[in-house]
Amino acid sequence: MAIMGYLGDNGKFQQGKIEFAGRDLLSLSKDEKRQVWGAQMSLVPQNPLSSLNPSIRIGEQLAEILRYVEHLDQAEARSQSLELLSSVGLPDPQRVAESFPHQISGGMQQRVLIAMALSTAPRLLVLDEPTTSLDVTTQATILDLFRDLIIGHGTTALYVTHNLGVVAQICDRVAVLYAGELVEDAPLSELFSQPLHPYTQGLLDSIPKLGQNKNLAPLQSIQGQIPTLGARPSGCVFEPRCPLAIDICHQRPPIFNPTERRFTRCHRWEEISTGKINASDSRQNQGMDLERSEQTPVEDGASPIQRAGQTSFAKAGAPKRQEAGRPPALDIKQVSVYFSLPRSFQDIFSRRPARKVRAVDEVSFSVQNGKTVGLVGESGSGKTSLARAVVGLVEYSSGNIDLLNVPLPSKLSRRSLETLRHLQMVFQNPEDALNPYLTVGTSLRRPIMILAKKTAQEADAEVERLLAAVRLPSEYAMRMPGQLSGGEKQRIAIARAFATHPELLIADEPVSSLDVSVQASILNLLNRLQVEEGSALLFISHDLAVVGYLADEIAVVYLGRLMEFARSADLFEPPYHPYTEALLSAIPRIQPGASSKAIRLEGDIPSPTEVPTGCPFHTRCPRSLGEICTEQVPPWRVEEQTGKMSFCHIPFEELRAVQKKVIPS
Amino acid sequence: MPRYLLRRFGFLLLTLFFTSIIIFVVTRMLPGDVARVILGREAGEAALQALRQKLGLNDPWPVQYVHWLTNFVTGNWGDSFSTRAAIYPLVMGRLRNTMMLGFVIMVFSIPLAITLGVISGLNENKSVDNVISITSLSVVGLPEFVTGLVLIQILSFKLNLLPANSSIRPEASFIDALPRLILPALTATLVLLAYIARLTRAGVIEELKQPYVRTADLKGLPRHVVVTKHILRNALMPTITIIAISFGWLIGGLIVIENVFNYPGLGRLMIFAIDRRDLPLLQAITMLTVLVYALANLVADLMYAYLNPRIRLG
Repeated sequence: MAIMGYLGDNGKFQQGKIEFAGRDLLSLSKDEKRQVWGAQMSLVPQNPLSSLNPSIRIGEQLAEILRYVEHLDQAEARSQSLELLSSVGLPDPQRVAESFPHQISGGMQQRVLIAMALSTAPRLLVLDEPTTSLDVTTQATILDLFRDLIIGHGTTALYVTHNLGVVAQICDRVAVLYAGELVEDAPLSELFSQPLHPYTQGLLDSIPKLGQNKNLAPLQSIQGQIPTLGARPSGCVFEPRCPLAIDICHQRPPIFNPTERRFTRCHRWEEISTGKINASDSRQNQGMDLERSEQTPVEDGASPIQRAGQTSFAKAGAPKRQEAGRPPALDIKQVSVYFSLPRSFQDIFSRRPARKVRAVDEVSFSVQNGKTVGLVGESGSGKTSLARAVVGLVEYSSGNIDLLNVPLPSKLSRRSLETLRHLQMVFQNPEDALNPYLTVGTSLRRPIMILAKKTAQEADAEVERLLAAVRLPSEYAMRMPGQLSGGEKQRIAIARAFATHPELLIADEPVSSLDVSVQASILNLLNRLQVEEGSALLFISHDLAVVGYLADEIAVVYLGRLMEFARSADLFEPPYHPYTEALLSAIPRIQPGASSKAIRLEGDIPSPTEVPTGCPFHTRCPRSLGEICTEQVPPWRVEEQTGKMSFCHIPFEELRAVQKKVIPS
Repeated sequence: MPRYLLRRFGFLLLTLFFTSIIIFVVTRMLPGDVARVILGREAGEAALQALRQKLGLNDPWPVQYVHWLTNFVTGNWGDSFSTRAAIYPLVMGRLRNTMMLGFVIMVFSIPLAITLGVISGLNENKSVDNVISITSLSVVGLPEFVTGLVLIQILSFKLNLLPANSSIRPEASFIDALPRLILPALTATLVLLAYIARLTRAGVIEELKQPYVRTADLKGLPRHVVVTKHILRNALMPTITIIAISFGWLIGGLIVIENVFNYPGLGRLMIFAIDRRDLPLLQAITMLTVLVYALANLVADLMYAYLNPRIRLG
């Protein structure tokens, strides 16, 4: 925002210049800045819905720019805004122009904002996380649009994002910021192939690649956490977390300029560039990162964690949980979750029953003891509704859910304390999941005393053990949630969930609100605790790379229907279900230039009130066979060698013949 | 939208139905015999019994209620116990006076309060905002009769600009009455001002934080367009509904001000009815105030729905 000269009242430019088209933006008056905004630089913001005025029609929000900035008259502005709307790929511009923002989907809202930003043909386009709040399939089409419009028009664009995959797909040059400082700046391919700053290297290591699995290639996370801006280290800002730090790093490094187009702020860049030292290796060798060792199941008493004097979970219960012949931890059979819509007057007069939304429609799968099943789908696919039905936060309408062969009643009030003890959940947003007025210790004691029926003294000891297990100092018991960082709060939430030694843990997008470097450590933590406890895990995420990393088996859902169920490794191999194929190909690859075969889904996910007939995916399916898909419900196909199950009319052999491997091995 | 409208109207009818029951029950439960109140202490038992029969007081309560309600709905409000005059024209005349006063109050207070609120909100925690907030809050803290008397003291006694007494003849036209309406209206304005201004201020501050304001700024629109077109449209939604509701409040709630200025409005008539234990009059006034208040609420809801496309278009 500062680059655009747009700062809040408490923001002040300390020093320096922002030169734009030969003028120093910081020296401009407020009115002069308004001449630059819109006309010469524009913004595509992060959150499309709240960035549009909710009570002005879209056509007018677009046309007003043309009137005030380009000085067009009413009629010209209107016709040109329709053209702009169709240029960003909106199918019915007239209808969109007459709509209010809440009437169109998120992807369409973002297209409108792009049309606005491009309407004056600005010299600079600032894109501030423009796809972060969108589904991966929508993100893919928006990124395509950026490629066509921005690169096609030769506009200069500054793309701000935390997503390295997006960077790899769209940028020419990358500047890496850490704690308010530029640490590295390089052309795209060089940055990815040879990062010259340990932070960049750490970032690349901490992101799960598509198809990467916990058992094959464990994730590395960056130790510690980003300093608050008020308490930045006086030397190199990254020094406290850097595996390569040496004495000289206590002095603030200047910006080095290894080659003409590269900049790095690391004292040791030469050693890094010649391959003498390497942040990834050091992290492994020195065992600097405690979470690093969390990938290995703690089976021998001499694990580094225990040597370091840390306690780990009592493992008494763990082995018995994985005995053969035990019933699956969770067995979901033909489960549906309906929500009733309020009846309209017409419905009441004509005695029509209330219309129902099928959030989850006859889904069946099971989670074996100690295993992890990942549940993936776009927003609106019903994955969260299913999870909530399992824990009892919503009632399911039909089907059966068994926990260790014991049926779970649909109503939460009819479940016993013993059941609740065995079924715990970690929520998406740790900010909201902890009571802000209770200390961490109190929050952790609750489940121990109520569900595990321990005395107060036993509970205190348990709290200490739990904090140690999630690698937090025991003083944290006295802290309030407000004093913790997002990652620490999620650790507490995980500790709370494991407090009662549950048989099954449900984690609903537990890392999607966290930074990538924190994400890696939380994933490893979840994995370690799960292995130690022998709990089964149902892991929900929209991010296939994250799910693929953690899960043993993956369930793909679309519009409340299960589409595919397969072992993790098999899911990433053809033959794919066409929906899975589209999801996979929509994910921006970390490898620059690894242009994925462009399979793009048309339009938006249909409303769950109007689920298409036949195969629910046929309206968007790029491989639709026509009539059979639109009219008949597909069969379940099972692949013999792998046990992969697919809900599709097309046989595996035919899919295999036409599909290419989406992920390069 | 038509569904929403129907629903709201249904709520209105339900509200009126329940309040009518409450009013009926409460007035019937008051101690004392209505017939005795009318005929006086010396009346004989036969005369009392005859009157009770005539008024239907011997019927079962549900019958009495239905009877009373039908009469009310058809405008047949009966005669006042104390003045023996027909209630309907009396109350309607007073309602007209109160509405004239309410109108003047609205004309004074709305533009002023909104302007002050917007200035405050746009300059949150700067000195302009502090001055406006502190002044308006200190004025609202004073009781109406104090502000009223101070205004009389200054504007009519010292400066001799306006009449201190607002008693007008029943048939006085709005123009004739206007000079006598200004002082009471000013007093009520001072009470409403802080309320509406603070709400407007809060609305503006809230909207300023919304990302769409940044979008509008970065479009390169002039600041005044951003404020009037983008911010106010959303910031004023709660204010407008509150204004509609406060109009309902004005109709029944101006008792103190009407008394201070001796203004013949509905509030003063209510005090009169209570003083004389004039039950039919009191019932009529109460039902009417409830009706106006409920209507004002309905209007507030409809205006909000109209202004907010997320409700209007679902």
